[in-house]
Amino acid sequence: MIMSPARVWRERGSRLRLEGSRCKKCGKMFYPPKPSCPYCSSLETERIELPRKGKVISWTIEYTVPEGYRAEAPLVIALIELDNGVKVLSALTDVEPDKVYDGMEVEAVLRILWVEGAEGLIVYGIKFVPIQ
Amino acid sequence: MRKVYVVGVGMTKIDRHYDKGFAELVHEAFVKAYEDSRGAEPEAVVVGNMLSSSLYQQDSLTALVADAMGLRGRGGFKVEAACGSGGYAFVAGYSLVASGLYDVIAVVGVEKMSDYPTARVTSALAQAADAEHEVIYGASFPGLNALAMRLYMKIYRASREDLALWPVRMHEYAYYNPYAQLRNRITVEDVLKSTTIADPIKLMDSAPVGDGAAVVILASEDMAKKFNDTPIQIAGVGLGSDALDLSSRDDLLKPLSIVKASEKAYRMAKVESKDIDVAEIHDAFTITALLCIEGLRFAEWGTSWKMIKEGRFTKDDKPALNLSGGLKARGHPVGATGVYQVAEIAMQLRGDFPGVKASSPSIGLALNTGGVATLTSVVILKR
Repeated sequence: MIMSPARVWRERGSRLRLEGSRCKKCGKMFYPPKPSCPYCSSLETERIELPRKGKVISWTIEYTVPEGYRAEAPLVIALIELDNGVKVLSALTDVEPDKVYDGMEVEAVLRILWVEGAEGLIVYGIKFVPIQ
Repeated sequence: MRKVYVVGVGMTKIDRHYDKGFAELVHEAFVKAYEDSRGAEPEAVVVGNMLSSSLYQQDSLTALVADAMGLRGRGGFKVEAACGSGGYAFVAGYSLVASGLYDVIAVVGVEKMSDYPTARVTSALAQAADAEHEVIYGASFPGLNALAMRLYMKIYRASREDLALWPVRMHEYAYYNPYAQLRNRITVEDVLKSTTIADPIKLMDSAPVGDGAAVVILASEDMAKKFNDTPIQIAGVGLGSDALDLSSRDDLLKPLSIVKASEKAYRMAKVESKDIDVAEIHDAFTITALLCIEGLRFAEWGTSWKMIKEGRFTKDDKPALNLSGGLKARGHPVGATGVYQVAEIAMQLRGDFPGVKASSPSIGLALNTGGVATLTSVVILKR
């Protein structure tokens, strides 16, 4: 992926604070944040900060990875259900890939994803680590 | 709306065509379709393609394609719906004729994938997923499908061995299809022993990387009768979408796009799932095949793997599925695949498919989807 300073700034809500959305009509919460409600079609939602703890409900160990991720391979990509039921897809880190299990408790941490170009733009994101 | 017919089909063998670019692939498929139609000349072109922009830095693809077909001057557009581009292009082409805007058009599916290393192609394919929230963490396309596969195996208690039966069957059918990319027979053991791409997805659960082009020529009723003795009618079409991201989907194992697209197509064609004789479904991965079968209502949710194990959906069953060998073994030149599927179903209904044939089918269906069943099209054809 190619990032830009404006994009890093604009996308900071979900990438730095784990923001999702809540529908102002049906009250349903979801991630990633969206301006309209995917469930009741209401056009009004508000941004909310999501709980940082949850459990793994599905995961994969990627051996064939996209360009730029070879050094980190294999990657563990997981679908996590947060404590309030909202699902988040992200990477697990600080974990042995073959030690991941169904229901594993994890929590969100802010991590550097990569540093880009000669200007050194740092791209941060939210990954999850096992709760010890 | 006017009735629309398939009057000619043509395709290239799917392969690593290092000696052919977009123009040569399209030319080869169009010559066959043109001859098959006995000279129906398209007035416009709709192109299904996913990767020309990201892999080849080539936009304005419709101009390249029209020129390759000797149709300079004719207009049209490229339709992108990731791996579902071909099916979406077909529906766009159908509507050009149904609306009365044109009498004869060509739907062209074309893709080149084999020129670049796997990591480059993996990145380009990942553009089908949510860049801002998923791809940024290194999620690949097989990786996202692997999340669905693991969930499926857990919830429906299917074993890894159970899910190896589908690719074995696909390779068996592709053995007889001269256009297929992988014409070798494999065993369950081969599948289980193959390299892990994104656990639990193995190499042999996955469609291969390949190049190819397919062309379907569509015509209005009056024109169809002029050109072809056995025109095949387009009885129903439907489109559907699901969330770009997987996080906000209500149920990852019940893809909304497949449900919506098939409901619309069944309604329009005035048929039900039980009426379908033969179908081509989108098995980019084994898990995708299961979600297609269930979303089309050929099986109840969570039961398709058992029915495959019981020997259902084979060539003498109703419906017979993926007699071409499917994406798994016929091949999956991503944006072209949907056009291959429609061409194969048209040939099945005419009785001249050059591989494994269904037993005198009269209603056929093609399901093409992009992303993790994110954008789906369903096309129903009648003899």
